[in-house]
Amino acid sequence: MPVFFTDDEYAVVDAACAMLIPTDDDPGATEARVVDYIDGLLGAFSFDPPRIWAGGPFSGRHGGAHGFVRFHRLTPLDELAWRTRIEGSRGRPEREINGPVVGLQERYRAGVAALGPDFAAVTDEERRARLERTPEFTALLYEHACEGMYGAPEYGGNQGLVGWRYIGYEGDVQPRGYTDEEVERA
Amino acid sequence: MSTSDLDAVIVGSGPGGSTAADVLTAAGWTVVIVEKGRNHLIDLDDPHRLMADYSNDELKFMSRWFLGPDPLLEPRTFRRDDSAGDRDHIGEVNNLPSSVGGAGTHADGKLPRLREEDFHPLSAHGPVEGAALADWPVQYDKLEPYYAEAERLIGVSGEAGANPFEPWRSGPYPMPPGPAMYGATLSGPAAEKLGLHPYPAPTGVNTVPYDGRPACNNCGFCAFYGCPIHAKGDPVAPLQRALLSGRATLMPETFVSRVNVRDGRATGIDFQGPDGVTHTMAARHVVLAAGAMETPRLLLLSGFDHPLIGRHLMFHFQTLVMGGFPFRVHPHRGRAVTHLHDDHLVPDQAARRAAKDAGLPWFRGGMVEHCGPAGPVMESKIYPWGPGHKDSMRASPLRDRMWGFTMQGEDLPQPVNRVDLDPSVRDVRGFPVARTTYRPHRFEQAASAHYAPVLQAVLDEMGAEWTIVTTSPDPEATGSYGDFISPIPNSKHVMGTVRMGDDPATSVVDRWGRFHDVPNLMVADSSVFVTSAGYGPTLTLVTLALRNARALAEAG
Repeated sequence: MPVFFTDDEYAVVDAACAMLIPTDDDPGATEARVVDYIDGLLGAFSFDPPRIWAGGPFSGRHGGAHGFVRFHRLTPLDELAWRTRIEGSRGRPEREINGPVVGLQERYRAGVAALGPDFAAVTDEERRARLERTPEFTALLYEHACEGMYGAPEYGGNQGLVGWRYIGYEGDVQPRGYTDEEVERA
Repeated sequence: MSTSDLDAVIVGSGPGGSTAADVLTAAGWTVVIVEKGRNHLIDLDDPHRLMADYSNDELKFMSRWFLGPDPLLEPRTFRRDDSAGDRDHIGEVNNLPSSVGGAGTHADGKLPRLREEDFHPLSAHGPVEGAALADWPVQYDKLEPYYAEAERLIGVSGEAGANPFEPWRSGPYPMPPGPAMYGATLSGPAAEKLGLHPYPAPTGVNTVPYDGRPACNNCGFCAFYGCPIHAKGDPVAPLQRALLSGRATLMPETFVSRVNVRDGRATGIDFQGPDGVTHTMAARHVVLAAGAMETPRLLLLSGFDHPLIGRHLMFHFQTLVMGGFPFRVHPHRGRAVTHLHDDHLVPDQAARRAAKDAGLPWFRGGMVEHCGPAGPVMESKIYPWGPGHKDSMRASPLRDRMWGFTMQGEDLPQPVNRVDLDPSVRDVRGFPVARTTYRPHRFEQAASAHYAPVLQAVLDEMGAEWTIVTTSPDPEATGSYGDFISPIPNSKHVMGTVRMGDDPATSVVDRWGRFHDVPNLMVADSSVFVTSAGYGPTLTLVTLALRNARALAEAG
């Protein structure tokens, strides 16, 4: 259940991410649930604490407690910055320190609309053409798709660690770390 | 504590401010450390406990400004020169962390000393047109004991004698070196084969348990990350000691907007805490350690009018020489950089000839870090989207099969390169932000052009399939200012701006870091550097802070 996107928008973003990081012999953006990473970022303030910074010091994947799942609380200034970044300034003076800021939510709403409500139903060729016709939004989407594919799974993407596993990357390794031999040898 | 009893207020909790706090509290002074950013480092209720906020999380540290500052709240501005108008860019400009611990929290902890001649480059090599080259008012021999003390305080690992160019030392490093990264086990011998002299990097990271903190376990999340197990010693060690003395109070999320001065004496500061209300704090002394951009900004906000405040801004001119290999190097394992070589700091005959050909009397480069890229999020954004994306990530030519060098080239001090107050851009509290005006000198660009092929040859010797050379800054870059390569320097080594010297006409502070005309106002960060040398500045700024704070305490 998306926290920011409508079901239709969610389907469009999911399909667009599948074009950016496709599934082949290995899982892609679809299996990693990259769309959930993006939905979680745009809807970060639907959670308490907001899903901006995962906790520390360990994820529990290599020992220790599951600290990543306890997101950090934000200070009022942190919240001001991230609400401005995500929601935009919307004419509020405290968010327009040096002028209006267009938020990620608005950029996504416009970008998804430009891709078209039927985006998930059209051919791959047509999807590619539409993504290429909206280069600015596609660049934003790709940046977030990469974060969702290869970032820590606590942010919503990289489910099952598929992004790390197919490239042979261990991800976070504390508190185990690497042995001297693992550092020094091939 | 009543602020009327306060011996010193210290602005900034990074390596310089923490060191000053440690020295002053050890001398019996009562101090307040004021830090603009959040506290993710140390439990203020029980300073024996270090916090658990840092993690191996690429998104948190590389994409989401966890250590601050957030550019939406605290932007900076940049322009290449005065002809660019008020500014070319608003946003991030060489931001260093603004949380408790300052830049020490995110640094990968390379802590080399400067060499003897770095303290008198004008005498050793002569002037360079367009640069305000000068000798430092303090020389290596006098600083050596403080260098040794700083290494013990932080906990530096290294191997004395391994670097043939190293300055003289009174003793060994406190800890032996840690394991070499795999890439360095290949680039080291290749460099040696070409006549270079790689050595284990002096590093402020524990290789054995030290000072109550554990040995590093090589997780690889080092450069730009806080250490989850607190194996880094800088500036945890001095800050913890200061707080445990019971004579230091740390105030995070507190912004200093003014240094107050009356009749040639600093009387304290104005500050805004989390409540946003402006308060005044009185103190017998004020120590500034906000970094080489924020310290001059604060001075200018306070109305200081010495014409050299903000001038002689220096970075290091980075020459990035990277190679692609037919085998994997796993540069994400280990402490980001485990080996250096210093050969390019000592001009040989070929370098002297190249300088002459470039119309320069001399040049030199800087320390060379043997290194590779680490994170897959950063890597993935470089490759194009579509069917080829995953083939690129599987092959990993720009991460797992990449290794190379970063030369931190000496950047000459130029009066025109400076920090001042932007005429209209403001921070979240309504204060003018720091504006950088910066363009590199021919000196560093010519040195870079000369040494880059040498480094490419090392990578060829190591078996590279291809090599590429870029520089940061690239003053002629035409891409976006948000790109990695742009006219804005990426080096986090920021120096100059409150120059130290004996002559009040050519320097802002004296040889003890104190203002010529306000003797109870001291600077304890890299703002005071006279030149940039070609080495990371942190150990030297900690060394100066040790020496100068101790002199301050002795003077009372």
